[in-house]
Amino acid sequence: MAEHLDRMDGGTGTGTDRVKRGMAEQLKGGVIMDVVTPEQARIAEDAGAVAVMALERVPADIRAQGGIARMSDPDMVQGIIDAVSIPVMAKARIGHFVEAQVLQSLGVDYIDESEVLTPADEAHHIDKHAFTVPFVCGATDLGEALRRISEGAAMIRSKGEAGTGNVVEATRHMRALRAGIRRLATLDETELFVAAKELRAPHDLVTEVARLGKLPVVLFTAGGIATPADAAMMMQLGAEGVFVGSGIFKSGDPAQRAAAIVQATTFHDDPDVIAKVSRGLGEPMVGIDVATLPESERYATRGW
Amino acid sequence: MSTGPTRPVVGVLALQGDVREHVAALQAGGAEARQVRRPEELAAVDGIVLPGGESTTMAKLAARWGLLEPLRDAVRAGLPAYGSCAGMILLADRLLDAPPGQETVGGLDVTVRRNAFGRQVDSFETRVELDGLAGGPLHAVFIRAPWVEEAGPGVQVLGRVVGGPADGRIVAVRQGDVVATSFHPELTGDRRVHALFVDIVRRHLADAERGEP
Repeated sequence: MAEHLDRMDGGTGTGTDRVKRGMAEQLKGGVIMDVVTPEQARIAEDAGAVAVMALERVPADIRAQGGIARMSDPDMVQGIIDAVSIPVMAKARIGHFVEAQVLQSLGVDYIDESEVLTPADEAHHIDKHAFTVPFVCGATDLGEALRRISEGAAMIRSKGEAGTGNVVEATRHMRALRAGIRRLATLDETELFVAAKELRAPHDLVTEVARLGKLPVVLFTAGGIATPADAAMMMQLGAEGVFVGSGIFKSGDPAQRAAAIVQATTFHDDPDVIAKVSRGLGEPMVGIDVATLPESERYATRGW
Repeated sequence: MSTGPTRPVVGVLALQGDVREHVAALQAGGAEARQVRRPEELAAVDGIVLPGGESTTMAKLAARWGLLEPLRDAVRAGLPAYGSCAGMILLADRLLDAPPGQETVGGLDVTVRRNAFGRQVDSFETRVELDGLAGGPLHAVFIRAPWVEEAGPGVQVLGRVVGGPADGRIVAVRQGDVVATSFHPELTGDRRVHALFVDIVRRHLADAERGEP
């Protein structure tokens, strides 16, 4: 259980693995909401969000407007930091280590190295060990998750397909992650060497997952969650918490929907509660059928 | 309800946060641990742990699902309670740097400052000496942690930060059968704080059986 934590060396100071991963442990069972203004951040905090993700445009708008999506304006991130007392996360482009340096200097609590922004490097992700601030990264399967952890990610989320309001890709990724973990647990020592090669992941991490039966960091879900039932389904599929992007502030009644998703995440195994909080929420975000998206418009294929 | 004084039933408030780590630590510390999300589950435990997490989220969920008043009543009536980090905030009678209207369970006559050590980049690990805890200093993990700004006369200060910019700040307290730490013993392999709390629960049960307060 806390075995993976016990084994970490008893280092002291800031920016240790335990402090970075431990921060994500505190977010478990909670909902992290995309916000673009201080007002939205306050609505999210008031609805019971465990953290907010500060960004300039929600993924649905990035999709609609096109162009290069970058780190948000520091003034905008600062405005949100000043508006709420809960943790504030922000996104950097894949591989853009200077955007990450800027976000760390602003005092954000977690950086999302995110495929929702336009990648800045086609070969390298950020060396996340080099930072004091912790990172969350997206993954579509176990190998990708372990490559991000080996680069220093202290939290993993499914990629899903952001900005679609369609949960189908998040489901695929959560199932793939879980199946990958389950499979490792059935292998013997010799087979784990081959598994590491197939997963293109470090052997020590592969062995650790096989022994723990879970990732050594917290696993959230993201990408297309739009309703309380979506959130609860992801939790039942093994997510330890939920990111909601466009699903809240692109809906008819954001405050009520935000609170409903928070409650459905906590009581994810209680259909009576989910039924109760799902009533009268108004219009959900419109959404996009992922099958109609051309390959070039799929964010989940960004990163490797 | 209880399985007897040797292996007490200790609940972990399971609305949000590092519930699983507390459950594991309590079991290792000699308790039967159970998750508590509803008033009837609270009524069936001999002690309660308020875990680390986001205190504003837990307070709102507790209020929304009718758990806040039963928690207040239970702690006021003497139910042993332990809170780490967000749990310390929830057990405080008074808060600083909280959003307007943030409610608490209360039970500790202290003023707690939220996020007192700073943001996540300031989160740290260090060693802390705890009064009455044998075996040397604890390895303590502080994550966007609160501290106790002021403690009332009935509150026993168990530990303070030594050195650094927060030198002397109070990070562990006890008042009767209510204990709180700014840091997260559940994130380390050291089970002494949880064992101490399970022992408090055990004594509380034994006293109740003898009809003492």
